[in-house]
Amino acid sequence: MDNLNLVFPEIFISLSVMFLLILGVFKKNSSQLTFNLSLITILISIILVINETFSVNKITLFNESVVIDRMASLMKIITLIGGFLVLGISSNYLKTFKIFKIEYPILILSSVLGMMIMISSNDLMVFYMGLELQSLALYVLATFNRDQLKSSEAGLKYFVLSALSSGLLLYGCSLIYGFSGSTNFDVIANQLTSNEYALTFGIVFILVGLAFKISAVPFHMWAPDVYEGSPTTVTLFFTMVPKIAALTVFIRFLYVPFLNLIDQWQMIIVFLSIASMIFGAIAAIGQTNIKRLVAYSSIGHIGYTLAGLATGSNDGIQSSIIYISIYVVMNLALFSCLLMLKRNDQYYEDIDDLSGLSKNHPLLSLSLLIILFSLAGIPPLAGFFAKFYVFKAVIEQSMYFLAIVGLLSTVIAAFYYLRIIKIIYFDKEKEKYDSDHGIWLKFSLTFSTILILLYFIFPSQLIEVVSRIIII
Amino acid sequence: MNFPILSSLILLPIVGALFLFFTKDKDGNNLTAKYVALFTTIVNFLISIYLWISFDQTTSSFQFVEERIWIKDFINYKVGVDGISILFILLTTFITPLCIVSVNNSVKNRLRDFLIAILIMESFMIGVFCALDLVVFYLFFEAGLIPMFLIIGIWGGPKRVYSAFKFFLYTLLGSVLMLVAIISIYWISGTTDVIALYELGIDAKYQNLLWLAFFSSFAVKTPMWPVHTWLPDAHVEAPTAGSVLLAAILLKMAGYGFIRFSLGLFPVASEVFTPLVYTLSVIAIIFTSFIALMQEDMKKLIAYSSVAHMGFVTLGIFTLQQQGIEGSIIQMLSHGLVSAALFLCVGVVYDRMHSRLIKSYGGIVTIIPKYSILFMLFTLAALGLPGTFGFVGEFLILMGAFKDNFLVAVIASFGVILGAAYMLWLYKRVVFGKLVNDDLKQMVDLNKSEYLILTCLAVPTLFFGFYPEPLFNTIEVSVTDLINMHNLSIASK
Repeated sequence: MDNLNLVFPEIFISLSVMFLLILGVFKKNSSQLTFNLSLITILISIILVINETFSVNKITLFNESVVIDRMASLMKIITLIGGFLVLGISSNYLKTFKIFKIEYPILILSSVLGMMIMISSNDLMVFYMGLELQSLALYVLATFNRDQLKSSEAGLKYFVLSALSSGLLLYGCSLIYGFSGSTNFDVIANQLTSNEYALTFGIVFILVGLAFKISAVPFHMWAPDVYEGSPTTVTLFFTMVPKIAALTVFIRFLYVPFLNLIDQWQMIIVFLSIASMIFGAIAAIGQTNIKRLVAYSSIGHIGYTLAGLATGSNDGIQSSIIYISIYVVMNLALFSCLLMLKRNDQYYEDIDDLSGLSKNHPLLSLSLLIILFSLAGIPPLAGFFAKFYVFKAVIEQSMYFLAIVGLLSTVIAAFYYLRIIKIIYFDKEKEKYDSDHGIWLKFSLTFSTILILLYFIFPSQLIEVVSRIIII
Repeated sequence: MNFPILSSLILLPIVGALFLFFTKDKDGNNLTAKYVALFTTIVNFLISIYLWISFDQTTSSFQFVEERIWIKDFINYKVGVDGISILFILLTTFITPLCIVSVNNSVKNRLRDFLIAILIMESFMIGVFCALDLVVFYLFFEAGLIPMFLIIGIWGGPKRVYSAFKFFLYTLLGSVLMLVAIISIYWISGTTDVIALYELGIDAKYQNLLWLAFFSSFAVKTPMWPVHTWLPDAHVEAPTAGSVLLAAILLKMAGYGFIRFSLGLFPVASEVFTPLVYTLSVIAIIFTSFIALMQEDMKKLIAYSSVAHMGFVTLGIFTLQQQGIEGSIIQMLSHGLVSAALFLCVGVVYDRMHSRLIKSYGGIVTIIPKYSILFMLFTLAALGLPGTFGFVGEFLILMGAFKDNFLVAVIASFGVILGAAYMLWLYKRVVFGKLVNDDLKQMVDLNKSEYLILTCLAVPTLFFGFYPEPLFNTIEVSVTDLINMHNLSIASK
């Protein structure tokens, strides 16, 4: 137990969760207090992660079932920052719907805790524990606006389908355990050298379960409904934070225990990637609700992230991590804009509600313009560089087909992003929206938009951080 | 290190745009915004004149080169000019202020935003012409889509949405393949630095595919037949200043790309695909000339004539002869001036009568004589009358073509006749003949700003028509060197 300090952030969050729970139950009207304390908790955890683990190259703990490496530290920081901003943005939204309760920050904290455990897992058991912790919290979050039928429906759907996928995942894990005799990733990596069919089955089951969690086609069906039904701030959380954790686990699974079997899984990932890119682009065209549209667009973006993973190289992993980081920022910006479409205590989420926005809200429209062009991957915005790195890694491995399909689907995807821009800039204006948004929303929008717009001036910094992540 | 003159050329319009962004947007004629934009672009023009004066015409190597680390161990921000690119930069900085002067009639609302879009556009276009790294080039090349999309979409005519989408998606589709090619070049050669790639050369076995990928992008942008259909739509719907930018400069990016990248990087493939380019160019010249004859909309007619003129340009480039390539560059410059002037001429009558149809005009020569004279000058320049700028380029291209392929040259020569036919017929129907409509009598002749713009364009059109020597002096060494390099790599193969 020498290196216990490396898991201080996790320990701290779990203690805080228990404390906040007790505080919330025993102290009346303590929602604001729990809320603020949760924010502070996350801040302290970020500092703890930076202080304790950021310089660690690779250390395993607890009988090698937990690993702290550079990827884990970076992804934990992104997760925590994402959780922090989502929590901050949420307060106004929750107050509008009168669901500003103590459970919300606590659930966010516990799901973040689950994700951190997932990110650091080096063992099937630990991984599954983290996964379930975050999923259970997310089910409740999806139904958080329980007076609305859609929210309850979203939660139930998410629960049923997610449980199914967890079952598949667990079955895959048991197959792997049966063939390798261990649940530890490193041990499995050494054991798995033979080409047995059942082993392939195990891998496929695990991949299916993971693909479900990141909503890659063809396991994406839950995403649009859940995204649409959940409260918008929870949708924001769904599109950002769990994806980071799931992607990290994806990387770990593919590149630690299953690296020797790359021939078995590479085709699967390529397929998932191509299917997600094309389907995400085409299905988004017909949408009228922004949240549904974001769901499909996030499916498409996951396709690009997977394209990086399919390469089987360090460059590919790094490009995926860069992609997901930039994607998270773009999503944050997009949802900040969406949460600003509020008039008389009502939030608007149809694409038509954006009509002629540029006349009354020039700055908001300009940010949306930048964000949407960035999501479409037009230079010189950050979204272009995300795609650029991915395709650089893909072409390095001579996977030209994947690269060309991917880039062609960006053209299709550009169409629906352009459609929103057209509605904002070319169409007739509607009534004005409220202009008072609170400091959190303004901050997150300004911060993320500037990051997207000016990323091209200093592209090296992010690369430098990410290039220290060496898995293979 | 010397003063970074090219970077300041690129950055200055953006600074101007930023300044405008923080000024207040007033409705109506926003004079402050206009003066700021005009001032910025004129300063930019003066800087580029200085650039041309201090440019050393005796060497073909790149000058004013700036290099900075941009993405570590991967891409350097590198810009520089040689005899070919410097003239395009001049064209850009010359046309943009004229666009801004012309704006007051065609753009009624959100003038400030329009000027911001034009300034950003200018900076991207200058970036395209001086980028010496493939990724930097791609960045500027693609980024130009955003302001142009907005210019067509926000300030355009009734069918603007359709046109803006078509323009954007067509060009994006062409360009993504080029991105694949650029990344492939990085992995094949280990660099995307153009100068280094010129020296290294690219393995002949990859060249064909890479050439095709670049071609897909440039062909759409040029535009070549059969992917030219976005151009008439975009031109017709864009506001006058947008059409001018599009015709005068945007189309030249592709022609420039052909010379700089297709010829320079893939000499073997260029030789292989010459018949393809010849065929498409000749079809473009003849076919779109016939289409132009049939047009009833003046802007559409000029748009189709642009396709035909760009057909001459691609033809000239791939003759791989000194005359052909020099002719193409001159043709692009003259087309830049003349087509800009023609679109402005259409804009002048459109602002007064709100119609672009040829049949709503006729017999206006006695009503607006000044306009008619200038319009005639540009019509004659467009059909390539000796003594105008249009003649020099066309003549050289045909000379180069005769040297290389007799048949192609003969067919292309018919394009000259057709060009004369549709331009003169257009002029006759609009300006001469009977007065078709009594409303036309109310038309007033050119106002001061229109007069100024058209004269500014007329002077170089005539001057370089009689005395193109300064331009040839600038491009000669670079083109000779390009051809030598080309022949060398063909011979060594």
